[in-house]
Amino acid sequence: MSFWKPADIGFAVRGKLGDVGFASRLLMRLVQHAGFSFRRFGLIRDQVHFLGNYSLAIIAVSGLFVGFVLALQGYYTLQRYGSADALGLLVALSLVRELGPVVAALLFAGRAGTSLTAEIGLMRAGEQLSAMEMMAVDPVQRILAPRFWGGVIAMPLLAAVFSAVGVIGGWAVGVLMLGIDPGAFWGQMQGGVDVWRDVGNGVIKSVVFGITVTFVALLQGYRAQPTPEGVSRATTRTVVVASLAVLGLDFVLTALMFSI
Amino acid sequence: MERSKSDVWVGLFVLIGAAALLFLALQSANLLSLNFQKTYGVTARFDNIGGLKPQTAVKSSGVVVGRVESITFDDKSFQASVSLALQTRYSFPKDSSLKILTSGLLGEQYIGIEAGADEKNLQAGDTITSTQSAVVLENLIGQFLYNKAAEGGNSSSNSSGNTSGNSNKK
Repeated sequence: MSFWKPADIGFAVRGKLGDVGFASRLLMRLVQHAGFSFRRFGLIRDQVHFLGNYSLAIIAVSGLFVGFVLALQGYYTLQRYGSADALGLLVALSLVRELGPVVAALLFAGRAGTSLTAEIGLMRAGEQLSAMEMMAVDPVQRILAPRFWGGVIAMPLLAAVFSAVGVIGGWAVGVLMLGIDPGAFWGQMQGGVDVWRDVGNGVIKSVVFGITVTFVALLQGYRAQPTPEGVSRATTRTVVVASLAVLGLDFVLTALMFSI
Repeated sequence: MERSKSDVWVGLFVLIGAAALLFLALQSANLLSLNFQKTYGVTARFDNIGGLKPQTAVKSSGVVVGRVESITFDDKSFQASVSLALQTRYSFPKDSSLKILTSGLLGEQYIGIEAGADEKNLQAGDTITSTQSAVVLENLIGQFLYNKAAEGGNSSSNSSGNTSGNSNKK
């Protein structure tokens, strides 16, 4: 089949439009069921436990090492200009504004998003979702919405942990290893980091990424082909789509915040 | 709602996350120093503010005593009108003078306030007129070159007429 026949293009566009419509309807329903989820908070709590607590170790360790590396590389550049004292500011700004939310979201997609997709996909493959529908239980309300809100709650907390641990890692390398004056390290940082403009924007980013990653994971699981192969494909797609969406959204958000 | 084993862990997780955010806000952004102390507003007119921005510190003897609220241009006097918020616990004489200074060679600009000798103190709404503008590098270099050229012209015109005793004048 040739790809350039108008009918083919029309068919492809119509298919994509259907996907977009399905995705927006699902997001709409997830938001609508917020009330139900928060009333049965136990469901959300279990998901925060599953998505958040179990991701804590990988997030904290990654944050620590990113902080180490940032301090080393930042020192390498800054000492050429004789401003190694600004290392604290460099580490804190890069982590809080950019690396914290983005790297935490990428790790979250890999650690928690995949498990969400696989879980939902297998429920679908095992026709558990259909069984719930038979019992007049809405699977979006009972299964998907608590997972969505659990992820949305867990992600900003994880990003904050990432940034904080990273700053401590930067301090460990900068002050303990490279011998930067601790007063200059913290002082420059405190002078240059703004609570609303830097920390606040980082929090906004991490909330948006939390929504994005969790939603992509749930959508892929919900739409997975009900076969082992389909579930494996959906899991892969979760990582690819969520990562790309996070990086793309990050640029858009940074550009928006930059102009304000 | 029944209690469950995961309650503890979720609670701990949320606490750790909140602690991390608090750490970032307090330790790295230094929220406490934003001090919500009462301030009084004073306006100052500068010929040139250089790179001054809102939220810049106002320092006296190096201690932060206030912040720049806003900067506007006054098209009556063709000067920059800078409104400052000084902390109420510090009072300054009415004839205090302001300078725009730079911290370090490439550092941020800030306003230095030097106390005058007046009996009365600055009140809210007062205007400070004795100000010294920011140093603009181009003007400085221009002035330097101008002086150098004038000096060079002097010495050359002198040397043509009278070579003796002029060379060690400098």
